[in-house]
Parts: sequence; structure tokens; C-alpha cells
Amino acid sequence: MTWLDTGITAGIWALEILAIAVPVALGVAYITYFERRVIGWIQVRKGCNRVGYAGLLQPIADGLKLFMKETIIPTSANKLLFVLAPMLALTPALIAFAVVPFGETTLFGLWDTVHVMAIANLNVGVLYVMAISSLSVYGVLMAGWASNSKYTFLGAMRATCQMVSYEISMGFAIVCVLMMAGSMNLNEIVHAQAGGFWHWYLLPLFPMFLVYFISGCAEVARTPFDLIETEELVSGYFTEYSGMWFATFSLAEYGAMILISLLTSILFLGGWYAPLPFLDVIPGTVWLLGKTCFLIFVFIWFRATFPRYRYDQMMRLGWKVFLPLTLIWLAVIGIAIYTPGLSDIINFWRPGVGA
Amino acid sequence: MSLIKRAVKTWLLGELFIGLMLTGKYLFKKKITVEYPEERTWLSPRFRGLHALRRYENGEERCIACKLCEVVCPALAILIESEERADGTRRTTRYDIDMTKCIYCGLCQEACPVDAIVETQEFEYASETRAALYYTKDMLLAVGDRQEPQIAANIAADARYR
Repeated sequence: MTWLDTGITAGIWALEILAIAVPVALGVAYITYFERRVIGWIQVRKGCNRVGYAGLLQPIADGLKLFMKETIIPTSANKLLFVLAPMLALTPALIAFAVVPFGETTLFGLWDTVHVMAIANLNVGVLYVMAISSLSVYGVLMAGWASNSKYTFLGAMRATCQMVSYEISMGFAIVCVLMMAGSMNLNEIVHAQAGGFWHWYLLPLFPMFLVYFISGCAEVARTPFDLIETEELVSGYFTEYSGMWFATFSLAEYGAMILISLLTSILFLGGWYAPLPFLDVIPGTVWLLGKTCFLIFVFIWFRATFPRYRYDQMMRLGWKVFLPLTLIWLAVIGIAIYTPGLSDIINFWRPGVGA
Repeated sequence: MSLIKRAVKTWLLGELFIGLMLTGKYLFKKKITVEYPEERTWLSPRFRGLHALRRYENGEERCIACKLCEVVCPALAILIESEERADGTRRTTRYDIDMTKCIYCGLCQEACPVDAIVETQEFEYASETRAALYYTKDMLLAVGDRQEPQIAANIAADARYR
């Protein structure tokens, strides 16, 4: 009996994991398609529209091509680490999705209580995401080291510097959100923003929203911060990678991009709540995914618009602009919460405490 | 004052939004892509593509084997042999153009006194072998026969500039 229970529980877990991992993988594939189309449109081209209807089979053709390609492992590379590195980059990007709540449902009234659509409704969810997403740096570092080439080594150094630097300002931006919501549970952070877009943290924490999103760009190495993986600089840490292992890195990058977009919608844009309360008739998951898609579009829009940062400029922005800004805003929020006159204003966004 | 203005502009990411708006506008512009096999761009009458040897209306070939084209050809792509025919005229027995050598400069059609060798608007003759790009007299005449209406039209369109 107990074995059966364990089996059933494991089976349900497996299904839950598949229900998130498969859409994420498909999402990644189609973001590459969407990206090519949107960048094409912005450059007054049509983009890929040949394979299948409107080019919709393009990502499948691309994936197939990458699978067929030979994986070249350099002679001087450490083979085990070389193969392990892309895996180590991809895994954190995928397991961070475990705590992301995709909405709340009663399964059309089938259940009495409201269930959160997340694999794990962790009470330190934000902390978990921060911890896991910083693990992807190891994959990068390992890739650069295991290739045993000076270019990948330098590329990995730069990439690590960038990711670590921007993680700090990202962390402080999240701390501001935590101070407002009074919880590290992603589910509760969304609840704290219920009731129309004027309750979203976008308003009181607007600078933090910008910092978080732009740092997110840097964290997942998107333009204008893609200097760590450009062809111009010998492709940074994955110079020696080809075929499927190379694709695994970009899979991780796009997965992280989805994650950042999801988290930005959850932390600042009210998660699954509609901008106006009466629009809540549309299921929350649709709202959440809609906001996420918009942010992904913004990522692509950035790529089509901005030129690339130079390394020292990128470091300057991270350490001399974002870090002080987040610290100042942290102080502003803190002072506002504990100053009698101001706390009434700020408590409007802190339903757990005031109002 | 200007310092404050500048600071506001910087911190509200003014320039970045201007850039984003510009690219956002281009997102909805009419696309200029020409989808090649189905759609084609306009070709100038002076377009220099595959060569052709032309004939007169009575079917007689124009080329009189003066070899001016062979002399002027900077890539040495043309090879001509000639002999006297029974009616006393000089005609080519061999007229080859090696398309792998040809640089499509158009000097041969400039040099030709009888408009026999011309370059057509045909450009889709890629092949899988080098041998297929060695055009003999018969092949060039065949191109001329095939393209004659177009060649005549192009020469007429370009006539007033000559």
C-alpha cells in the first residue's frame, strides 16, 4: 500500500515536471522563431517564412540540424567537464521553474480549495530562485575552463564577472519587493498585488523594476549585455562548442530568459492578476503568460535596438549605477515604512500590514 | 538647469525610449523583402548575364570572326577559330566562352561591330560541374535563339544612350 502511494506520488511529480519542462522547451524553440521574425520585421525584412506555414516548422528544422551535427570535442579539452558544462548550465535554468506559480485554480470548481499551480509552493521561493539561478555561473565557468583554450578561458572570466555583478543589484531589487510584500513566497507576493494595476509593485518600485529587468538582460546575456558570447569576441566561453552541446547553452539562455520574464511579471506586474479587477474573468494563467510574452518581446525589441556595451561600461553600470540606486531605493522604502506620515502612503501597497 | 534636465533624461532612460520607439515604428513598416524564386527584382536592359550569339532575321549568324572580342577579353575566356566558307565569307568554326573565366565585364559586346555577341538578362545557369559552364558555339547560338526578343528589346531600350 505504501509502495503504491509512493509510486502514485512520484508519478504525479513526474507529470507536474513534464507539464512545465515540455512547454518550456517548446517555448524556447518558438522564442527563437519569434525572435527571428520580430528582428526581421524591425529590419524591414520578412524573417524566416519558408519552412512550413509562415515558417512555423523552422525551429524544428533547426533543432534537427543541430542534432545531426557532429559534436567536436577538442583534443586538449577535459572531456568529462566539457560534456558536463552545458548540462550544468541548463539544469539550473530548468529547475528554477519548480517554484514559479503559474496561477491559482479550482480546476473549474472540481476542488473545494484553491490550488497554486506550482510544482513546489515553497515559502522561501524567491531565495530558491536566486540560489538556483546563480548556479548557472558554474556551467559557464566550467565550459570555459574545460575547453582548455585561452579564448574560452577569458570569455568565461568575463561572463562570470558579469553574471555575479548583476546578481547583486538583482538581489537588492528583489529585497525591495520582499519588504513590500513581507513574504518570500512567490504566491503571496502575487497576492499582495491583488486588485488592479495600481496595486502592482511596478508603481512604488518603478526604478527597481527597471533595475531588475535590465539586470535580467545582463544575467541571461541578452543584448545590450551580450558581449560575453558574441562572435565579435570569439563567442566567449563556448568558442569550442558545436552541434547539440552548443544548442544546450542557448537552450539554457532562452530558458533563463523565460524565467526572468516570468519573475518580473510575478514580482512587479501583479502575476496572474488582471490590470483591472473586472478583467479577472479571463483565467489568471493567461494574464501571467501574456505579461511574460510581452516581456520576452521587450527582450527581443532590445536586441533589435541597442548596440552592445563595452566590458568596462557594463561593469560601471552594474557597480556604480545599479548597486547604489538599489541601495538608495532600499533605504527610501525602509524609511517610508517606519516614518509615521509616509507609512500610510506606502502601506497602500502592503495589504498584509496596513490598510 | 540644463544639468537637471540632463539628469532627468538620463535616469528616465529618455534616449533609450526614443530608440525603442523608432525600432517599434519600423516593426509595422511595409517589408521590402523580395522572395526570390517567386518574386523578382527589375533587371536593367544593360544587365550582363549569360552570353548569346545572335542571328540575322534570315537565320544567318551575325558573327564574322573578326576576333575583336577575343582580343579585348581581359579574362581570356573566349576562344575563336575561323575559316572561309564556300560562299567566300569568313565564319567561325569554333566560338567558345569559358563561363568560369568570364568576369562579365561586357567588353566583348562593346567591341563587337555587328552586335553578334551580347550578354543577356539570363543569370540562372548554375551547374554542378565545371564542364557545363564551358559554352560552345552551338550552346551560345541556342541562347541567342531563345532570348532574341528580349535581346532586341534591350538593345532598343539602350539605343539612345549609344
